[in-house]
Amino acid sequence: MKRFLHFLIIYAVWLLLTWSVQWQELLVGVLVALFAELLLGDIFPVEGVKIFHPRRFFWLFVYFWVFIWAMIRANFDVAYRVLNIYLPIKPGIVKVRTKLTSDMGRTFLANSITLTPGTMTVDMIGDHLYIHWINVQSPDIQKDTEIIVRHFERILERIFE
Amino acid sequence: MSETIGYILLTVGIAFDVLGCIGLVRLPDVYNRLQAGTKCVTLGTAAILLSVLFFTGFNAISVKALLCIWFILITSPTAAHAISRAAHRSGIRLWKGSVLDRYAEDREGAEDKQ
Amino acid sequence: MNVYIGLLILCIFMCLYRVGRGPTAPDRTVAIDILGTLVVGFCAMWSIITKRDLYMNIAISWSLLNFIGSLALAKYLEGRGFDE
Repeated sequence: MKRFLHFLIIYAVWLLLTWSVQWQELLVGVLVALFAELLLGDIFPVEGVKIFHPRRFFWLFVYFWVFIWAMIRANFDVAYRVLNIYLPIKPGIVKVRTKLTSDMGRTFLANSITLTPGTMTVDMIGDHLYIHWINVQSPDIQKDTEIIVRHFERILERIFE
Repeated sequence: MSETIGYILLTVGIAFDVLGCIGLVRLPDVYNRLQAGTKCVTLGTAAILLSVLFFTGFNAISVKALLCIWFILITSPTAAHAISRAAHRSGIRLWKGSVLDRYAEDREGAEDKQ
Repeated sequence: MNVYIGLLILCIFMCLYRVGRGPTAPDRTVAIDILGTLVVGFCAMWSIITKRDLYMNIAISWSLLNFIGSLALAKYLEGRGFDE
């Protein structure tokens, strides 16, 4: 079941990439998708069929808009810092803690942190994320977790846990 | 109408690209450069690719552009993460004005234990 | 349109400045990674001008190859083998 789902996802991407319905394209698509699935099926990150649930898709949709808004704010933040003559930066690497346990959720969290205002994931060891922050506000782990991680984690918990 | 939206998106995208590259030139150390570059250039290129949808309408080109936005949004932060981790592990220190470095503290602690 | 292309070329030259000047190896890697993303934007603009989907194919494969290249450079900087 899980493998068939992977096959369908790969085939859908193939159809979007070629964007034609000639039978040669469809046939080659089936072959390529089968080959990719046999070769890489073990390391594919989608965790079963759990994610295909209307409620999770709704939260994914909410997350998408939260993410876009954070990204636009991040860009204006960088623009302000770069165009200012005095370079108002106070960089440092802080440590925060995450409650997410699934791999997919953690990947999404780390990538979202990289694209949001002033923060960038450097490494993840166990439950702790090391984050390069362009404007460090406090050295305390709890407070940093509140500021950086919490608003993404609340939504990602509902999608992936 | 849709061409106007396309031109607006194109302008915004290229403006952010230029800002990201100015950041790449101006900021003092590799981590700050990575921040400015990754954020601005990712959103800028995504905006340029989205403007393809408004210039050409919904056809093969714009579907590929949307897929390309998806790829960029996934791969660009991952590459930034890999490069910053590699830079830190290969011994590049933070800029001298940095406030704190928890990662170096924790890693030195771990190396002492071994 | 020409103005936009000129600005993108200006961006690319700023990246090349960082590639040539960057004091350490990670600086150059960062600049090369960002240069790849800029080239994707360039391909997108070229497909707007010519209305052909050939350039979009180039953009997709360029973005994926750029990602793999950056990962390989990062692994090399870290001093590990490619199998891990």
